Parts: sequence; structure tokens; C-alpha cells
Amino acid sequence: MSSARAWREYPQRYRYEAAVCDQCAKWFFPPRLVCDACGCREFTTKAMRRTGKVLTYTVIRVPPAPFKDQAPYVVAIVQMDDGPRLNVQVTDFVDGQLKIGLPVSLEFRKIYEEGEAGIINYGYKAVPV
Amino acid sequence: MNVGIVGYGAYLPKHRIKVEEIARVWGADAPSYKKGLGLREKSVPALDQDVITMSVEAARNALARSGGVDPREIGALYIGSESHPYAVKPSGTIVSEAIGATPAIHVADFEFACKAGSEGMFVAHGLVKAGLIKYGIGIGADTSQGAPGDALEYSAAAGAAAFLFGSDNLLARIEHTFSYTSDTPDFWRREYMHYPQHAGRYTGEPAYFKHTIGATEGVLERSGMKPSDFQFAVFHQPNGKFPMRVGKMLGFSHEQMEAGWLSPTLGNTYSGASPIGLSAILDVAKPGDKILMCSYGSGSGSDSFVFTVTERITEVQGLAPKTRYMLEHEPIYLAYGEYAKFRRKIRKAE
Ligand SMILES: [Zn+2]
Repeated sequence: MSSARAWREYPQRYRYEAAVCDQCAKWFFPPRLVCDACGCREFTTKAMRRTGKVLTYTVIRVPPAPFKDQAPYVVAIVQMDDGPRLNVQVTDFVDGQLKIGLPVSLEFRKIYEEGEAGIINYGYKAVPV
Repeated sequence: MNVGIVGYGAYLPKHRIKVEEIARVWGADAPSYKKGLGLREKSVPALDQDVITMSVEAARNALARSGGVDPREIGALYIGSESHPYAVKPSGTIVSEAIGATPAIHVADFEFACKAGSEGMFVAHGLVKAGLIKYGIGIGADTSQGAPGDALEYSAAAGAAAFLFGSDNLLARIEHTFSYTSDTPDFWRREYMHYPQHAGRYTGEPAYFKHTIGATEGVLERSGMKPSDFQFAVFHQPNGKFPMRVGKMLGFSHEQMEAGWLSPTLGNTYSGASPIGLSAILDVAKPGDKILMCSYGSGSGSDSFVFTVTERITEVQGLAPKTRYMLEHEPIYLAYGEYAKFRRKIRKAE
């Protein structure tokens, strides 16, 4: 991912800004232009609560190059308390703690570094509450 | 106008390494290190944690205790650290963006060895007092390193604390401040050098003790107070021993210093040390309590503060994770190999 794209996504990556449908109050993260529940095109930007639960997860043992040092690591689908589902890395759990239904919260973390001299990309990961 | 703390928060990484594990690798005598330094273990940042990530979490915790301060009303954000991730590019811009405080905000990264955090607090509260800004944040954060096998490796740890200053809805008033500074070459790191150097025994008497005592006596004189007037005191914690020794030299008791004394199991969090200690005190303080805080940074200088806790403290203590909880709740212990990987002490292929 380019630094420019990461920069455009700061509202989501840094502040969890979601679009909430003005008509039916459904939350979208990332935001979208048309509500898939009611077809409404008007949204209000709101920061999602940082808490949710693990729906399912998988262990990545052979990751893409920028994530090599982190292997093995866990990627989960997290059901956020405000409704959206996120595909997110899970970290900081102790042995035997990770399971479906685990309550987690999003923390600000480094996602990857563009080499030793490049930009550092920040975003969120899920950690046990 | 009363100026003081409107919100406070800390952040500590989950990982720890024990003194025995470091001593085992370097053939050192763990019991004598533990006794000499007064340390049992220290915090370690994960590969995905740095001064910026910890500062964001500490600032979020401070906002959670602020009673609903709109981040866009924060006029200044200062991070003090000696381990800013970039040599050129401020940590503070990323933290300001993450808490939603941009773009109408003055941001700077401060450096002054272990005193940089209290400098941020000093300047942020001063700007509120001058009426230039409504709210200001001062953060102390570090992920410092000691050279492998060096005495500093047993203590250099990671953590952050953030304080939101304002003039209304205070949880603690700042009554007095005092700073004490001199050119003392006790500890340094030159540009491009990975690890700091220190002048051995010199770091004690003419450096840490002289400046901590100078700044504390200065603020006591200004405030007309004596050690027994305080419920709590916290000093910079380069190891487990120095803060207790300097506190006793100044006339403070073990009981007054215990709540903020975290270094035996946290290690030395550098710019975070006395600010994180202050956060642990605020977690347990009661309305009316008086708190003395005194930092120390090599090179050298100390900043001291006298706080009076207000009625509001009891409403906010439970609104974010408490510091002792983060220190004690389910730490993850590392073997030296994992620790060396986390701290990037292993040379890899290009
Ligand atoms: Zn809708």
C-alpha cells in the first residue's frame, strides 16, 4: 500500500471514523456512498467505539514481505459493538486466551515500516480487553 | 486563574523481561543486580509499539478522563522523549491527528534525556496559564535502550503518560512549579549512535541527587510547604533505589512515595518515569491531597510541581485503565531471544 493511500485513510485508520446512515442508523466502516439496507445517500460521520468481539480468526505463518518479522500472527474478523465487521490483526494475547467470542479493543500500533529508512505506517490492531 | 490537570492517562506495554533472564545471557550475577538496582523486571515494547503508539493510547486515556473535552479545542501538544521514532518528522503530528486535535494546534517534540516529559507538561500548562490556549497536552514517553550487557540494559523500559491541562473542571490544581538546571555531562548519545553513553558513578551525586534535591527544595521554598504537608511524592526513577534514597534525603517517607514508585517492576521509562508515577498516584488520590512531582533529565535538570487534588478526582479515576492495573495485569514474559528481536538487537540480512 502506498503512503498516499494510507494518508487518505487516516480518518479510519487513526480515528475509526464511520458513516452512519441518516435514515436507518446502520454503521459503515469504511464509509460508503449508498446504504445497502435502505438506499439512503445521507450519512453522518461518527467515531466507532473501539470495542468488539472476535468472530473468527486464522494464523498467518507465511506472510507478505513487509510483515515477515511478525510471523506467525493472527488475523481475525472482529464484530464491532457498533455493528461493522473488521478484518484486523490481533496481538498481545497470552497462550490459550485467543478464542471465538474474545472481547477485544482497538489499539494504535505500527502496521508496517517501509524498510529501515522509509515511512512508518500506523493503524489499529485488536488486543484482548 | 487556576490551572491544572483536566484529564490524565498512562499506557504500558504488556511485555516484560526479568533481570534473571538478562543476567543469564551475560553471565552476570542476577541477585547482585536486583539488589544493586532495586529492580526485578522491566517493560518491553513489542515490534509494533513505539513512542507514537504509546503516546496515542495515553492521550486517549487522558481524554477519556477529561469530562468530554472536544479534542479540537486542544491548542498545544508536546511529546517529550529521547526515542522519537523519526530523526526528522515530529511524533506530535501523528498523535495530534490520531486524537482528532488537528489542524488548529501548536505541536513540538521535546528532548532533554529523561526530563522531556515534564518539560512538555511545564510548557503546556504555562500556555494555558498565559491565556494563549484553552487546553494543552504534555506527554512523556520512551522506548529507551541500553547497550547489550551494559547496566542500563537491566533498566531501560517503555511506557507513556499524558496530561491534559486547562483552567476549568480540574482534577488537580498546579499550585507551584520550579526548575533547576546546570551543564552536567553525566549521560549522552551522539547523533547516529544507537546506544547512549554514561559517566558511570558520576550519574549519582552531582547529577541525579543534586538536581532532584535542588528542584524539590526550590518548589518547597516557593510554596512554603514541608515534606510532611504532602500525601504523595514521586521522583524520577532511573532504577528502584535512587527515588527512595533521594526522597528520604529530602524528608519524605516510604509511605508517601510508595504509590508512585513503579520502577521495581516497570524499569526506567525515561521521559515517562515521573509522569507515569504521577498517573499511578492520581489513580488512588483523594480530594484535597497534595502531591509533589520532580523529574530528572541528564545533562542536567529537574522540574518540580506541587498539585492539589480536587473533588472531581473520584469521578474520573475509573474512566480509563489504571496504571497499576496495566503494570500488574497478565504481563507476557519474554526470553532474551524474543526480547532481542523485539528491540532489534539482532543483525539481519539486508
Ligand atoms: Zn440506511
